[in-house]
Amino acid sequence: MELFKNVNVDWMGKAKYFVALSLILLVVGWASIIKKGGLQYGIDFRGGTLIYVRFAGTPPIDQIRKGLSAAGLADSTIQTISDNVIGNSQNNDVVIGLERKGQTDENLDADRQAILNVLRKTFGTSDQAGKADFNATTRDQLAAVLTQKDPLAAGVNATDRYNTLATNLLASRDKDHGGIVTNFDALKGVDGVTPAVIAALNGSYALDSFTIRDVEVVGPKVGSQLRRQAILATLYALAGMLVYIAFRFEWVYGAAAVIAVFHDVLITLGFFSLFGYEISLTVIAALLTLVGYSMNDTIVIFDRVREDQRLMRREPFKDIVNKAINQTLSRTILTSGLTFLTVLVLFLTGGQVLRAFSFAMVVGVVVGTYSSFGIAAPIVVLWNKYRGDGNAVRAGSAAEKRVLAAARR
Amino acid sequence: MSSQITWKFVLIGLVVLACIFSLIGFPPPTSLTALKQTFADRIKLGLDLKGGSHLVLQVQVDEAIGQRCDQTVDLLVKTLHDKNIVVGNVGRLDDTHIQVSGVDPTTSGTFRDIVTNQFPDWIMAPAAGVQNGYLLTLKPSVVADLRRDTMEQALETITRRINALGLTEPTIAFTGRADNEILVQLPGEGDPTRAKAVIQAGGQLGLALVTDDQVFPSEAAALGAHGGILPPGSIVLPGKNDAQGAAAGSQVYYIVARAPIVTGTDLQSATTSPSSNNPGQYQVDFVLSTAAASRFGPFTRANIGKRMAIVLDHKVQTAPTINGEIQDRGMIEGNFSEDSAKDLALVLRAGALPASIKYLEERTVGPSLGADSIRAGVRASIGSLIVVMLFLVIYYRLSGLNAVVALILNLLILIAFMALVGAVLTLPGIAGVVLTIGMGVDSNVLVFERIREELRNGKTPASAVENGFNNAFRTIIDTHVTTLVSAAFLLLFGTGPVQGFAITLIIGLLANVFTSIFVSRTIFDWHLTRMERQEPLSI
Repeated sequence: MELFKNVNVDWMGKAKYFVALSLILLVVGWASIIKKGGLQYGIDFRGGTLIYVRFAGTPPIDQIRKGLSAAGLADSTIQTISDNVIGNSQNNDVVIGLERKGQTDENLDADRQAILNVLRKTFGTSDQAGKADFNATTRDQLAAVLTQKDPLAAGVNATDRYNTLATNLLASRDKDHGGIVTNFDALKGVDGVTPAVIAALNGSYALDSFTIRDVEVVGPKVGSQLRRQAILATLYALAGMLVYIAFRFEWVYGAAAVIAVFHDVLITLGFFSLFGYEISLTVIAALLTLVGYSMNDTIVIFDRVREDQRLMRREPFKDIVNKAINQTLSRTILTSGLTFLTVLVLFLTGGQVLRAFSFAMVVGVVVGTYSSFGIAAPIVVLWNKYRGDGNAVRAGSAAEKRVLAAARR
Repeated sequence: MSSQITWKFVLIGLVVLACIFSLIGFPPPTSLTALKQTFADRIKLGLDLKGGSHLVLQVQVDEAIGQRCDQTVDLLVKTLHDKNIVVGNVGRLDDTHIQVSGVDPTTSGTFRDIVTNQFPDWIMAPAAGVQNGYLLTLKPSVVADLRRDTMEQALETITRRINALGLTEPTIAFTGRADNEILVQLPGEGDPTRAKAVIQAGGQLGLALVTDDQVFPSEAAALGAHGGILPPGSIVLPGKNDAQGAAAGSQVYYIVARAPIVTGTDLQSATTSPSSNNPGQYQVDFVLSTAAASRFGPFTRANIGKRMAIVLDHKVQTAPTINGEIQDRGMIEGNFSEDSAKDLALVLRAGALPASIKYLEERTVGPSLGADSIRAGVRASIGSLIVVMLFLVIYYRLSGLNAVVALILNLLILIAFMALVGAVLTLPGIAGVVLTIGMGVDSNVLVFERIREELRNGKTPASAVENGFNNAFRTIIDTHVTTLVSAAFLLLFGTGPVQGFAITLIIGLLANVFTSIFVSRTIFDWHLTRMERQEPLSI
């Protein structure tokens, strides 16, 4: 099967359409950013407290809000999140966020504790019953309780047996029941569990109807530090690539590639604002990756231009570039298509934690691909026209050019 | 088959075997459960997949420097007093500066000699604008040493405390991001509250004589009772009223000798037991070292009838009356539950922190989220792998199979290498695996498209393959270098999970160069030797 056998499109002629598309995307994206008051940073860069809670049933948002207000935490945000974009998404997860501007680091821990206390008071039965919460217990605690109660009359190797039993019980709670067990009978099928064990659990533990999935607390100073580091890393990476490409080709190719990549990042940030995703550390990782990916794409075209230039010396530069793009088109579509499919799978099924990351990649792959022939290549062609000579600027390393110049003299 | 191709296959075979054994161990395990266990042991999971806590602590080193300043002020005052040098005032300006004013000009020579000889860590200069005054500045090299020593002592103390808690495989190290930050990673901890309290506890214990038997309701009252100036060598410390009756438990102030007779470093052991005075509560029992006991015995003998303050982190815990000579035992009481008594004993045994600790960052991933993340990550990896493999075989037919083999080998080398060097797999790292699948295929596509072009131009299969690989080689290197540059910066600047992503991407790309160029080429070469003369290349 072959999809792109003899393509002959005038890409440079159509360049203005790509530039127009880019301008529209940029304007729309950055209008959204300006309207929302700037880039939406995640907790990594802003500082604050985030607590991810899973409830046994539909999360009672109003109750949560009331409880938090009563504890003086009225300015916390509550959001439901879903685990998967497609497939069975249980919407029983909630993220409670508290960002206090100008906060000093001392109070952060107090905030976290305060939110946890509200949850325990409002939804926890364990405190009233005077028992510990099974949904929050650790393996060592559970093993200790079981050893004390000794429902299996274990005898000599009691510690080992109860350690294994505790591990199995908690593995079932976390993997099979998503972290919340609503009834101890649900654990009947676990390896090593007898009715005596269930009875012992019933007697020693209560079951709160929520579980804490994740806690993130970041001090504001750390947040701004990380932000500065992220920006520096991106700039250094771009500079490094500029140097490498300028060395392998010519400086105008390096500049064109960097401009195209910059354009990709700006459009991706615009999409982030449009769709309401926050920028976290993993998103920066995605942005740097798509910088690398977009560069790849541009280099493949430039490589072909350099090769074709040697074979087609007399032809106008514009035609050489068109030919190069047409020749590499099948590779471009295939690779970006496959990469797009893989990150799309990641976006749809990779879970909530990676959602923003995979969104950046999904947008980035598409934009990064068309920016190579829609933005970078036209810049080089334009530069050529400006220089006045149809095929003056040759893509070759500096050493190559010196040799040629010497030969011409 | 030519010998060259045979050797290449042998090499590839060895690489595959090495990878498999680094994953399942040698000799290979016999049962399925043992296999799963070895696999789980070899692949180190990050906190976001295993569940656990990631804490960043900031040690307030300036406190230690300030303490050194205070100690110097005390020592200077004492030394000058002993040598009968009269000065106006000796006071601390800030953490690293001491100001001495009112030095009698006749004795200023002796004063300068004392400072130069007995306080070599300080630079002396005349204080501008202060009559007969001198400014002592702590030497920068001494400050740097003090900072480093404080950090190391803090690290050691925290390590001892965490080890005493008995947690599995904790990581305690300097973050490398700033010179006063420590990173603590506690895998598996669903709730780090107890560990955080133990880490942060000051742990400074001191037993000191109470110089005034009265307790005062406020600091001002304490000063007032002595005409506004405390007796020499005393300080005011807060505590809880331990008298019986209505006033019990309220905040009061004691006047206590500043220099304790015994400190936490003199403890030989600290244990817990049910409280003898308050049933239902617990107490901490301690035993002093022999050297300390030889000081403590005479001290208690000489002060029978007076009160002794047990000071914990600058607060008076209790102040019992000394009823008789005590050699080397003591106890600390104060509303302790079994857990808090155990934690205090642990902290005393591990030693006091040289400076206080602030938490800058905390990320705690619960075990259920960790399990979900693994499941999602594996699902995404397998999903994308299947999509890519299907496409390759449909689009490139037999050569597609070639690419699939290269891809699988790529992933095998990636995972095996990570297990070999003990690299940590995080959730973004799994995303890196997915990206390796997508971007790694690019190398094969570059070569295959070139081969197709050469075939279209009329070349024979053998020369088409040769030209395809040769022409694509340079482009493959270029594209890998640029992505490696970004990944390298991510590795330098990122934190845990992001670094995991960078590592997987880097190893995946490097393995990709090997598989797409060497392995694919070898398979092609072998296939070419087995093809019929006029048979077209299946691509």
